[in-house]
Amino acid sequence: MNAHTDSFTTDDGRTIGGTVLDLRNITLRFGGVEAIKNISFDIREGEIRAIIGPNGAGKSSMLNVISGFYVPQEGEVWFRGEKRPQMRPYQVAQQGVARTFQNIALFEGMSVLDNVMCGRLGYMSSNILTQGLWWGRAAREETENRESVERVIDFLEIQAIRKTPVGRLPYGLKKRVELARALAAEPKLLLLDEPMAGMNVEEKEDMSRFILDVNDEFGTTIALIEHDMGVVMDLSDRVVVMDYGRKIGDGTPDEVRSNQEVIDAYLGVAHD
Amino acid sequence: MLYREAGDFKTSYAADAQTFPLAFDRWGYWVLLALAALVVPFVVNDYWANALLIPFLIYAIAALGLNILTGYCGQVSLGTGGFMAVGAYSSYKLMTAFPWMDMVSVTLLSGLVTAGVGLLFGLPSLRIKGFYLAVATLAAQFFLVWLFNRVPWFYNYSASGQISAPERELFGLVLTGPNAASAVQYLFCLAIVIALAWFARNLTRGTVGRKWMAIRDMDIAAEIIGVNPLRAKLSAFAISSFFVGISGALFFTIYLGAVEVNSAFGIQKSFLILFMVIIGGLGSIFGSFAGAAFLVLLPVVLKLVGVDLLGWPTTIVAHLQLVVVGGLIIFFLVVEPHGLAQLWRLTKEKLRLWPFPH
Ligand SMILES: Nc1ncnc2c1ncn2[C@@H]1O[C@H](COP(=O)(O)OP(=O)(O)OP(=O)(O)O)[C@@H](O)[C@H]1O
Ligand SMILES: [Mg+2]
Repeated sequence: MNAHTDSFTTDDGRTIGGTVLDLRNITLRFGGVEAIKNISFDIREGEIRAIIGPNGAGKSSMLNVISGFYVPQEGEVWFRGEKRPQMRPYQVAQQGVARTFQNIALFEGMSVLDNVMCGRLGYMSSNILTQGLWWGRAAREETENRESVERVIDFLEIQAIRKTPVGRLPYGLKKRVELARALAAEPKLLLLDEPMAGMNVEEKEDMSRFILDVNDEFGTTIALIEHDMGVVMDLSDRVVVMDYGRKIGDGTPDEVRSNQEVIDAYLGVAHD
Repeated sequence: MLYREAGDFKTSYAADAQTFPLAFDRWGYWVLLALAALVVPFVVNDYWANALLIPFLIYAIAALGLNILTGYCGQVSLGTGGFMAVGAYSSYKLMTAFPWMDMVSVTLLSGLVTAGVGLLFGLPSLRIKGFYLAVATLAAQFFLVWLFNRVPWFYNYSASGQISAPERELFGLVLTGPNAASAVQYLFCLAIVIALAWFARNLTRGTVGRKWMAIRDMDIAAEIIGVNPLRAKLSAFAISSFFVGISGALFFTIYLGAVEVNSAFGIQKSFLILFMVIIGGLGSIFGSFAGAAFLVLLPVVLKLVGVDLLGWPTTIVAHLQLVVVGGLIIFFLVVEPHGLAQLWRLTKEKLRLWPFPH
């Protein structure tokens, strides 16, 4: 399999570059269950790549493999041109992969601001002693990173809830704060697991707009799991379709939509 | 002057991140500090210093330490007494082996030794959590007490098995031993408490504090945003033990003067500090002080009211104290896990809005 090294410009003027992430023949088993069966696909720089499929298809498991949570029994993960050795999730994060979860995973005891500041941990390296003395580099880092966090907060329009404890927020806003935390890390690859699940139409529209803006303004590469086909077709450049752990389709939204196997998989499943 | 934030606008992120965002709180804090440092030492008598102020300050340090570990990082520990003993025996060994060493160095070094021991006993926290970790720290508690009882080197082969603090001076004033003035001891403890509380506050509002709280709130999510769980937990164990060790050193050198490890640093001590943190408020610097003050004051107040005023027998009052503490622990665990600190915070929030409650 050859990674893309060329780049091109889309109709709406965004640049899609070479391969950022290349998954090669990934197989993941839980005991007897094969959650992912020999799947390969790539994600190119600057694109929005959707992963779709019925419930239990293995989409979340795929993201968990990418972020180092699950170690596949077979296959290779290539990140930015290098084969990735087995890594702990925090090491994957330090390489520039950020994500959100299907079930929100925020720090409930902390304020919105502190949650988003957590996204900047990779940029803060002062030692404990200078932090305790609030001295030199520690104090400087705090202010500098606060500035970039405030830009993310402005961008996602959550200024008003900055100091609110996350536990008090409604569901839709929590999803947005989780996106803010991931964005604050300025990731090279952003993984979003059903960012719009459980939202009303208006919240979905807001979230779609944010995702497009992130991709457009910062050129962030995004892999996105989503059930809402309308949203997927609108947002994504390319789509991977999974069913029972297999890849049954891969291509532009139009190509995927006309693929017979994909149509069958979706017709055979009750779907929201 | 009303308790308000009106007109108190922040013009920089540094100002917004400071410890007391309201000018009113800031002033209150400085006034309190001035009173504690400039007035109290000259008016306090030996009884009040020894029965209340000095133990309050020393326990506050231990509570700060345990709060860092349990309140901020979410790792339960029942080994606080044992770690205080490490601090106490370290200071004893340092004072007797290096008689020229000043008490500031002795105290800090004792904290550092305890930090190392805490780091070691923190290693299991990588594999085990919650109840099982509590049991592991309990094992540490019993092991450490056993060690200081059984290995004569720790108490310099004294016949009684006790350790007692030799006399030491600081700036020409006697600080330890029977001839020390309690005002001097009080000031020494106060200075250390202020420095350590400031240190703890800075840690908890910065990067490492966020890592600890991330581990506490959801360790899986913490790891996914790049927190190395090993380093975060071990740093909490080390820093926490540093505080607890200093507290133990002062408990021995300043407060008691002579120590027998079972009675001074037994399992009861671990629970006492844990109760201080629960009653005062998990995850709060202020709560560590509130909890320590409360549990130091409680027996004194109960004795004043029960024995001296109402003439009840001492045993009844002692039992009453257990009942009150037990009841409060249940109340705070069930109703208000953030303790006195949260009650205080809610009162302040109401005050800010007063007299318009909405
Ligand atoms: N930790 C695990 N242990 C055992 N089985 C698992 C585990 N995680 C996932 N699975 C199984 O793997 C399969 C794929 O699950 P996964 O969560 O990846 O699906 P999904 O496509 O994200 O579904 P959904 O749309 O419901 O989120 C399921 O059969 C699930 O039961
Ligand atoms: Mg899923």
